[in-house]
Amino acid sequence: MRGFWKLTLMETKLFLREPMAAFFTLAFPLMMLFLFGSIYGNKPTPFFGGYGSVDVSVPAYTAMIIATSGLLSLTIAMASYREHGILRRLKATPLRPQAILGAQVIVIFLMTTLGMALLVIAAKIVYGLRFAGDPLSVLAAFVLSCLSFFALGFVLAGLLPTARTAQIVAMVLFYPMIFLSGAMLPRELLPESIQKFAQVLPLTHVVTLLRGLWIGEPWRDHLGEVGILSALLIIGILISARTFRWE
Amino acid sequence: MSQKPIVQVEHLRKVYGSTVAVDDVSFEVYQGEIFGMVGPNGAGKTTTVECIEGLRQPDGGHIRVLGLDPHHDGYALRARIGIQLQESVLQDRMKVWEALDLFASFYPRSVDWEPLLEQLGLAEKRNTPFAKLSGGQKQRLFIALALVHDPEIVFLDELTTGLDPQARRAMWDLVRQIRGRGKTVFLTTHFMEEAERLCDRVAIMDRGRIIALDTPENLIRMLGVENRVVFTVDGAFELERLSKLSDVTRVETIGERVIVYGRGDGLVGEVVNALTTSGTRFRDLRTEQPNLEDVFLALTGREMRD
Repeated sequence: MRGFWKLTLMETKLFLREPMAAFFTLAFPLMMLFLFGSIYGNKPTPFFGGYGSVDVSVPAYTAMIIATSGLLSLTIAMASYREHGILRRLKATPLRPQAILGAQVIVIFLMTTLGMALLVIAAKIVYGLRFAGDPLSVLAAFVLSCLSFFALGFVLAGLLPTARTAQIVAMVLFYPMIFLSGAMLPRELLPESIQKFAQVLPLTHVVTLLRGLWIGEPWRDHLGEVGILSALLIIGILISARTFRWE
Repeated sequence: MSQKPIVQVEHLRKVYGSTVAVDDVSFEVYQGEIFGMVGPNGAGKTTTVECIEGLRQPDGGHIRVLGLDPHHDGYALRARIGIQLQESVLQDRMKVWEALDLFASFYPRSVDWEPLLEQLGLAEKRNTPFAKLSGGQKQRLFIALALVHDPEIVFLDELTTGLDPQARRAMWDLVRQIRGRGKTVFLTTHFMEEAERLCDRVAIMDRGRIIALDTPENLIRMLGVENRVVFTVDGAFELERLSKLSDVTRVETIGERVIVYGRGDGLVGEVVNALTTSGTRFRDLRTEQPNLEDVFLALTGREMRD
């Protein structure tokens, strides 16, 4: 267990030393918050069902952070660790495989949580963020969404042969997804046809779930999202268990 | 050297698709020796080593390392063996001391790694990220990582590939030091010279099979490969006079160049003596000892390619 915690600590340090990953997970959401916050403020408006622009954006940006972590950080890190033989080197020690992968999952989860925490704190202090939901429910939905997207990341890392292709494919999936799902821009601004199409994107359901629970909607209104994300998680684990390669 | 086998391999076989990477390989490694596996790239050396380390599952045969089955007792075994993988890297931004601290934590028992840094000449680099190390420094770090848990046997796979000759020689000294601390060393290399200089016993591998296994001296002697004396003559030269010498087996001339083949330690003395007494004027005389390259050539009919 000592090795597992050391590895987790080391991976945390390495994550924070990697400027791109740290920027997109921790700093970029704050930049978005301040950019759109300074333009639109956070006055309640009927357009957002009586909430302000910041109130609906914070859960959406949280979804964006989850997608960044699962699709980009985790996929690229795992693919490059495999390509460079780092996974193999770790496997040549008495460490168990679940400890090696578990450390990655914990670090990426902690960083995602930190990204969300920074966002919520900044929005609360600067824009008086409103929250009408149950914190534990939102946290549970956050954990489910994270795990689903991490599973997706492991699937991609398993299927794509090199770090380079993993990066390209992850980007191609990531960018349309954050725009069309309403994670980056409020979906109320998107045409109805695009909103319909966006239902095929897993991230859309993360945005819907987090925004709904954020303003206090009950779980029973979101069983569809929970079902889809749970299915994604289970299928992701099943596929990656078969396709994930150590070398 | 005690003759206690620390690694036992019997009829090892490993197949990748339709390629037989390792074909019926059997050998033993004894405690306290430097055992070398040498052969061209693709001969099956790395596959053999990785089966012994428990990183690959053999398709056939039987392996025991320190009395353990590498496949079934992999975790227990890896706590007792040191591994340096071929062409491995660490995370670019991981510092030297962090790598040692991290890898030490993976083992139930580990040594104080500070002296290890000193011994491997990495003390000044302790805060340097992996990506900023030179090739030789990276390899020394990997040796340190392979030693951090005080293993009984260390596996070094293509340790000196990609290093310049100076760094390679420094690496040889390090390997001798590791053995000096009572550890068994198993190394693979495609440099015949490295195997010859460094190893107590050498297994020559080609196309998935071991084609010879003995001390470098015995391998060279067993094959009866001849020593050569090469020189250039000015003017007249009596070939017969040299052919009749007792240690000489044959004489070849290529223009002014003369190559005398023969056996025995007295060959050079005999040749020089005969040339002097006959008053033959010669220059550029040198001797060429047979080496493992010649052994490989004699066994396979092919040159070792780099």
